Amino acid sequence: MTFSPELEAKFADLITHYPEGRQRAALIPMLMFGQEEVGSITNEFMNEVARRLGLTPMQVDEVVGYYSMLHKKPMGKYHVQVCTNVACMLRGGAELYDQACHKLGLGHKEVSADGLVSLEEVECMGACSWAPAVQVNFDFHHEVTADQLDTILEGLKK
Amino acid sequence: MALVNVTINGIPVQAENGSLLIEVARQNGIEIPAFCYYEGMSLQAACRMCLVEVEKAPKLMAGCTLPVAEGMVVRTESEPVVKARKTTLEFLLSNHPLDCPVCDKGGECELQDMTFKYGVGESRFTEVKQHVPEKQWSPVVFYDAPRCILCYRCVRVCNEGMGVGALGISYRGVNAEIIPSHGDHLECDECGSCIDICPVGSLTSGIYRYKTRPWEMEHVGTVCTHCSNGCKTTLGVRNNEIVRGNNRDKSGINGEFLCVKGRYAFDFTQHPERLQTPLVRNEAGELEPASWSRALKLVAEKFKALAGPEFGVIGSTRTTNEENYLLQKFARTALGTHSIDHHRTGDVVTLIDALSGKTGQLAALEDLYTSKAVLVVASDLAQQHPLLAGKIRANFRHHKAAVYAVTPGPVREDKIARRSIRIAEADSLAGVEQLREALAKETELVIVFGDAIQGDKVRQLVAFGESLGIPVKYIALVDYANSRGALDMGLLPGLAPGYHAAAPGRSLQQMLDDSSLAALWVVGANPLKGGRKLAASGAFVVVQDLFLTETAQRADVVLPAASAYEKNGTVTNVCGQVQRLKKGVETVGAKTDLAIIGLLARGMGVNLGKVDADAVFHEIAASVPGYNQLPMPVILTGGAAQTHPVNGGVPASLVPGLIASARDTLFTTGSLTRYSKILNEVLEKPGALYR
Repeated sequence: MTFSPELEAKFADLITHYPEGRQRAALIPMLMFGQEEVGSITNEFMNEVARRLGLTPMQVDEVVGYYSMLHKKPMGKYHVQVCTNVACMLRGGAELYDQACHKLGLGHKEVSADGLVSLEEVECMGACSWAPAVQVNFDFHHEVTADQLDTILEGLKK
Repeated sequence: MALVNVTINGIPVQAENGSLLIEVARQNGIEIPAFCYYEGMSLQAACRMCLVEVEKAPKLMAGCTLPVAEGMVVRTESEPVVKARKTTLEFLLSNHPLDCPVCDKGGECELQDMTFKYGVGESRFTEVKQHVPEKQWSPVVFYDAPRCILCYRCVRVCNEGMGVGALGISYRGVNAEIIPSHGDHLECDECGSCIDICPVGSLTSGIYRYKTRPWEMEHVGTVCTHCSNGCKTTLGVRNNEIVRGNNRDKSGINGEFLCVKGRYAFDFTQHPERLQTPLVRNEAGELEPASWSRALKLVAEKFKALAGPEFGVIGSTRTTNEENYLLQKFARTALGTHSIDHHRTGDVVTLIDALSGKTGQLAALEDLYTSKAVLVVASDLAQQHPLLAGKIRANFRHHKAAVYAVTPGPVREDKIARRSIRIAEADSLAGVEQLREALAKETELVIVFGDAIQGDKVRQLVAFGESLGIPVKYIALVDYANSRGALDMGLLPGLAPGYHAAAPGRSLQQMLDDSSLAALWVVGANPLKGGRKLAASGAFVVVQDLFLTETAQRADVVLPAASAYEKNGTVTNVCGQVQRLKKGVETVGAKTDLAIIGLLARGMGVNLGKVDADAVFHEIAASVPGYNQLPMPVILTGGAAQTHPVNGGVPASLVPGLIASARDTLFTTGSLTRYSKILNEVLEKPGALYR
């Protein structure tokens, strides 16, 4: 499997971050960055990462299943993540998630027919002090109100 | 290692410094319960069941990962401990379906036992349980996620025990579950170790599920009848039907190790094509059913008339030592022939000859687990000798053994090998020579070699071993359950039991090729397999077998024989270790080969002595060198004892080139496995998947 020269350079650099014999620690960042380029965590991609880090494909599969931000199926161009964990829930996170479901016509980990938007109910993303939090791709939105969520979702155009 | 003093539940005990508390307690008869801890596997510390109270420790400690130290005072059943275990069980049961009455594991379930012991009758959880439908991963493995308690035993046994790594755990929290290697299905050895090791009924067996309750079976410990490794398999028998094979009591040389054959491939005994009545060729030239008395009378008369040097006898690699011994005795005395042979699959004879004058150089199975170094030559052990491969893996895991492999293709040993050499089988010895320097640095070595090393090559290999200047032991690999026993019992032209000299006779191939052969008696073998022809078109052929094999189809009389699971006796494994077969089920129309030989002898008026398995075994023990020093109590109680074969040279040189291993895989072993429905269902591309 081949990647863009930029990604290859990133992978090469990543592996040097860890002590000799601990290269498997690069697994999660490799999957994260690779997912951006490949579109999702395909079997081919998992096998390639396993080969490079000296892991079994099963070990990579275990990690991919564990982390909600790693997707085996492609998500939308805009991946909307709404936190409903304790802090966000107490500040209206669950209501925001319902609102997003309704507005987008999508459920958990579902993608719109045109592939533009996808929705996910996520666990804590470390933004408890600004709850409720919503994340679109890598952009954070803090202390989101219902109106703000509408604006965010309406802004998701090509 | 230094001993330390530890007090467990008020009892002072001594233990090796640094050994695990859970093991120390067990060795002293105190059970610390655990789901995830498993002897021989890596530590997981996932279940919290083994919590114990340790004085001066601020909180309860996990006994499975706690090394003992001097002066440690431990309480394993104190009030806080019991309370913690109850809580742990309450959590484990929070999503566990309480479907014990229909669960295969009910009655043998560790979670059930612990719930019973600690009396966790109530739960504070009122949430709806998360249900996930059961999944079928292969013909033999089913997975029920809600029952799973995520102890990782299956993951570890697959990874470490089998070297396959087909199972993992994915997802999180209440969604966490075991995942198979290929999305929705398993591609693996299909050994079923994961099912046996599961402490609950989460992984269930395709062949056993919903068949019976564990307490309604009889459990018969016998020896697997497929390959030559000699694993003990405990048959679960109900209503004269074998419904399960496992070895959970860890009896036998294999502990609880079994491959797909030992665990599942007993179903050939109930195959619809199994012969139930003798068949006699009628005047129209067709085989028709006949009574035992008619068939035996006919054969006895013919044998009497045709006895002499033109009589050929082909014995079996699956029948017992007693049957093999009696067969050659009958042939050499009553039938007056020396043409007796069997399908030879490994050159044990030359090995024994090459080692003459030396002692203790034939390795026992346990040597593969304890030796500092192991060399595998020209064999794919994981496919052909799964237990031997398992022992080597365990040796590497537990003792960091140095493993070397000289094979034509990739083998599973590569993953653990210090050096692997890829070389054509014919050049194996050159490959071994490349390792000379490395091997000479080892302190001891076991060499395991396949059929590519035969004749002079065995002598060269032994000479190589001798030249290393370290203690070297050898295993000459053979294919089938009693291949070694067939050799030891003298089913060989020119060699009597115990490798004593006998008058020369035809080899198996010579019997097939000799057009002057008057009669051929085939006991439990299929020499005409693969389109081979019998040159003597007029020869009177008698075949004893379970099925109408290619050879049986050529026979004039076919006598239905019992399988190894239907008789008593002994078999000898690839390392020369003798073990006892125990009858699991009764046959309906078939008879044991021993009984058939006895009845034929009686029909001919020949006195073979008392024909029963125990009596013949005593005769063997009294007369066959190598078998005369076996510790009887060990064998009688189901143990394995290694024979010490004749030590003074073998007085016959066998025609070379007649030894050929069938190169079986995990899913085949000759004609028997063709009749195992379950093996044919799980048949995969042999050897392509896991190395």
